[in-house]
This record gives sequence, structure tokens and C-alpha cells, in this order.
Amino acid sequence: MRDVAVVSVAQRQQATIAGESEVEFMIPVMQQAKEAVGLTQQDIGFTCSGSSDFLAGQAFSFVMTIDGTGPVPPISESHVEQDGAWALYEAWVKLQCGDIDTAFVYSYGKSSPGSLRDVLATQMDPYYVAPLWPDAFAIEALAARQMIESGVVTERQLAEIAHRSRMHAASNHHAVRRREKSVDEIMAEEVVMDPLRRSDLPASADGGCAVVLAAGDVARRLCERPAWIRGIDHRSDAHTLGVRDLTASMSAELAGQHAGVSRDKIDLAELHAPFTTSEHILTNALGLSDETVINPSGGALAAHTMMASGLIRIAEAARRITAGEGDRAVAHASSGPCLQQNLVCVLEGD
Amino acid sequence: MSDEVLTAPLVLEYPFTRTTGAIIGAFLTGLKQATMIGVRRSDGSVLCPPLEYDPADASDLDELVEVGQTGTVTTWTWNGAPRPQQPFDQDFAWAMIKLDGADTPMLHAVLVDGAADMSTGMRVQIKWRDDREGHIADIAGFVPVDGTVAVSWVSSEPVESVQSVRTPIRIEYTYTPGSSLSQYLRAMQDKTILGDRCPDTGQVFVPPRGVSPVAGKRTTEMVELPDVGYIESFNITRVPIKMRPDLTPPYCSAWVVLDGASVGFMGLVINVAPEAVRIGMRVRAVWKPDDELEMSATNILGWEPTGEDDVEIADYARIGRVDGGSR
Repeated sequence: MRDVAVVSVAQRQQATIAGESEVEFMIPVMQQAKEAVGLTQQDIGFTCSGSSDFLAGQAFSFVMTIDGTGPVPPISESHVEQDGAWALYEAWVKLQCGDIDTAFVYSYGKSSPGSLRDVLATQMDPYYVAPLWPDAFAIEALAARQMIESGVVTERQLAEIAHRSRMHAASNHHAVRRREKSVDEIMAEEVVMDPLRRSDLPASADGGCAVVLAAGDVARRLCERPAWIRGIDHRSDAHTLGVRDLTASMSAELAGQHAGVSRDKIDLAELHAPFTTSEHILTNALGLSDETVINPSGGALAAHTMMASGLIRIAEAARRITAGEGDRAVAHASSGPCLQQNLVCVLEGD
Repeated sequence: MSDEVLTAPLVLEYPFTRTTGAIIGAFLTGLKQATMIGVRRSDGSVLCPPLEYDPADASDLDELVEVGQTGTVTTWTWNGAPRPQQPFDQDFAWAMIKLDGADTPMLHAVLVDGAADMSTGMRVQIKWRDDREGHIADIAGFVPVDGTVAVSWVSSEPVESVQSVRTPIRIEYTYTPGSSLSQYLRAMQDKTILGDRCPDTGQVFVPPRGVSPVAGKRTTEMVELPDVGYIESFNITRVPIKMRPDLTPPYCSAWVVLDGASVGFMGLVINVAPEAVRIGMRVRAVWKPDDELEMSATNILGWEPTGEDDVEIADYARIGRVDGGSR
């Protein structure tokens, strides 16, 4: 395997970005990531992006956003209708081929123009489930009740996860939900989607993320402490909810094993857990212990930007490795209802 | 000029009719007959609703079995007021329900008055709609039932087997075009065409999208462009388009480069026979009457010849290209 590292990251998240189109708000994010390592678009070997036109209802928005990279003369690029973490995976594979040394990855989501809960119903089984229009919160609540009633987790443990997310997010200016709340205050919140309370649900955001990857000596030249990708893997569970154990995640567990999570101590983990229940499932599936700081950014509970939240987890973990806040980190991305698909990435500093 | 960003309602509709295949078709045909069909999996258990393949090992499944119309709630949540597209006309609980004789639960609604009437493990029974078409919403929902009720099967006449199913999608948005296009649309109301200038090369792009693709930078300067230019390329359409009944073939669409712009933009060529249109022909915008102007690109009805001498095209290979400018 070729050594590939995250050498630069940038992001923007806020509750709504009404005044700017996707390309308008992504240009400064993309520029920031490239300029921090002194690269222009024409220096970069491959560019890959992730987004979904369904979020803002803007057909071919990804084609317009490519203009923001500066693709003249034409660049080598690709796009996934997935969270940007999967775009990063494609770029990592391309770097493994050995013919390029740098890659640029970005993704973005602007959910505020639509009703995200309804938009996400369209990702369900089109014959048996989508025609009933169950919303995303309802599907998660079905899993949450099973977890609580089967003793996998208690409501108080979920409130503790929400409390920690708010505490960490208080010092993250990219987070949307930053007000600290005690466990008791959270337990006293009204139930929004029985049994889930407001703090169990994600704070929806508009925004995006950009990441520069580089291989070997180029990474060392561009960054004082590159965040080396030591393992990366992604897996998917079945689409049919009825055949899945919604209280656990077999795909996250497998991806974690193949990425080599358990090979050594993990200092910090950024988990793409939009719900408190998803964080509990992921912590178990990846075998993380009390030694690991979970979601020091506040995680996706504190700011959930569809299509970018997973890439932002990788960016947050890499940024901390580069800053020397840890030596070994796990970054995780998920997609689909109830953590259907999971990507796990292990990052290390020298 | 107001800087406020524009918004407009936007509705996306996908009137999908999906083909079902044999297994899903059999299940939906069963619904028409008020019976529930599952399929036996490789390990002998029964999957309901059925799939053509086993989700565990991808093996083909084809042994259809009838399952019960009563079942047990394995988990639930309360939905409150149904949203417009949810096919239920009262508050309801979402539930996963394992039908008697099936080994996997299915998602549907339980029709009760409130969350207090719901519990995991409760027994429920299908309530059928009277008018059934072979759709998952032929099940009006499930209702509580005491203990194990002997189901009285609705024996029905043979029905035509279901081979396709309507699954329309409708999503409503409050669309915002962003800051640059908002300015462009506002200016249109005053019969003004705006472009934006690349901060590095000085090239002018129209419509303005707030980005210079040449530099990969935000544009900062808006430029008023004249409503005259030349035709860089064109085509003649000779077949009607369903979505544009107002256009009668043959008609001419052109790529018009305005004086001072670095790229062309699309318009109709009008008030001239399509056969007379040429590359290099000078054209001018024909605007809607002043009292019909809106914040819309449709204010330009089309482009008509000015009668000036044609622009000489020195290099046909460069048509439609944006060069790297003089950075």
C-alpha cells in the first residue's frame, strides 16, 4: 500500500445558508483547503466530489459546483451521489494506482430549501416502504425503542451522549447546537419522536467540506504532520429493514475490523452518528473504550450536513492529528437509514 | 438594487410507475385479493414482504407462502398528524409488525387514538381498504386485536395479476438561486442583462453564477451587458417538444455572445426564417411588453437580426470554448 495522508482540510456549517448558492458558498471552503498547502487546482492530480441534487432541488448542482474548483483547462474529476467520505475513498484508490501524488475531495449539502425528513423517505424501498412516506426520524425511533426495550442502552445513557456532544460542540464554532445541557435537563426534554427527545436528534445544517490528500514525500513536504490513512474500508447492510438487527451494526463492525481499528490504542474518534442511538451502536461496533475521546467536535448531533457530515468527521480527526492532539484516530461515515452503510478510516501521525 | 436573495416555490414530481417482477408482483396481487404473501428463504424462514433474492446470501427465492393477517408489534413510534403524502387520514403509530407465519417484521401503521394505546408485543390485525389496486397502501393500517383471532380469510374472485405499481414522488422546496442569480433576475425586470467579471482574467460570464470557472474564484464585480450580440452557433428544431407547446417547429435556437461577454448564452432566434440564420449574424433582444416584465429570463422573447454586417469568425475551432484567459 502507498502511504496517503490528509494534508489540509476546510469546512463551513451553519443552520441555513440562504443567501448563497452551493457553488457560491463552497468556493471559499475549496480555496482555503488548497491555499493552506500552496496548491492550485492545476497542481492536483484528481478531484472527486459528493453531493445530492435532491437536497436543494437543484438539478445538476454538482456540475455547477465544479466551476468553483477552476476546471479550466479541463481537470480529471469524478462525483459520487454519496457523502464526501466515499468521494475520499475513490480518491484514495486513485492515489493507490500510483500515477498521481495529490487529490482534492469536497462535498456539500444544502437541505434547508426542502423538508429533509420527507426527502429522505425517497431512499427507502420503493415498493413496500417509500409509498408510505415514513420520515427519517420515525425510522430511527423504531430502532431506538428496540434498543431501549431490549436493554442495549438506557434512555439515560442516550442523554449522556447528547450531553457530551453539546459540551464538546460548545468550543466548535462550526457546530450549530452548542448550548450545554445537563443530563437531567435532557432527560426532562419533551419526546419528539417517541422515544427520541430533541437532543437525541441531529441539528440540521447547510454547508460543506474540502480535503487535500497527498502521497508519500509530497505529503511530508506539504504538511508538517500529515494524518496518514493507515486503514480504510466500507461495508453495507441489507436494504430491507425487516432483515436487519437495528440495535447493532454488522457493516460498521466489519469495516472497523478491515480498517484495523483494534490494532492499537485509539486517542480520538469522530463518528458520523446523527442520533444518540447511532453513536452507541457505533462505539460498540468499533470496540472503542473509555480511553478514546468520542466526537471531540460534538459530532453530527451538533451539526448534521447531509453529504458532508462523514467527510467532516475525517477532516476533524485529521486536523487533530496534524495539530498533535492525538496520534491515532478513527473517522467514520455513514449513509442510509439506520446506519445502513458505514465507512471507517484509521488516521495516524508520525 | 436590493441585495436580498430571491426565493420561489419549486415542486419536483416523478410520476414513476415501476415494474414489479414476479415475486413483488405476487405480493401486490395478494393485496388486491386481501391476502398476505411471503417467500421462503434458504434457511426455511419466511420473509414478508417478499423479495426475489435472499438478503443474506443473494440466492434466488421463489417459494411463495401465504402468511397470517394478524401479527405482533416488534417496535413502534408515534407519528402524530399525518403529512400530506402519508396515505393515512388519522394520527397513527409507525410499527414493525411480524405477521403470524412470517419471520421478519414489516413496516406499516397501527391505527389507534394515541401513543398510550401502543406497546411492543401487542397483537394487531390488518384493516383492508375497500378499493384495492395492488399497492402497499391497500392495507389501510393495522388495528389492535385481542389474543389470537382466527382470521376469516377474505376469499375473493381471481384478479388480474399486478405487473406494475404507481409510486409517484412529489417533493416541495423553497428554492433560492443564490446571490448572483438573484441580482441577475432582478435586473431582468428592468430589461438589463447582468454578467459577472473574473477577478483574474477580466472575462465576463453570463448569466452570472458568482464563480469564475477559469480562476476557481468568487466573482465580485457585476457588469451590465448590452442586449445585442452575435450568433456563435445555432440549430433548427423540426420536431415538437412536449413541455414547450408554445414553440412551433421549425424554430431556431442559438448560442448568442453579447457584446462584452466572454461566453454565449442560449436563446431563440425570431422574426427571421430559420434557414436564413448564420453563424456571425448580429442579433438584438426582443423583450416582452413593459407591463408584462417579471424577474425572469423569459422576459427575452427571443433574438432578432439587427441587419448589421456579420461578425467575422476567424477560428471556427474556438466556438463554444472558454480559454484560460491571460493570467
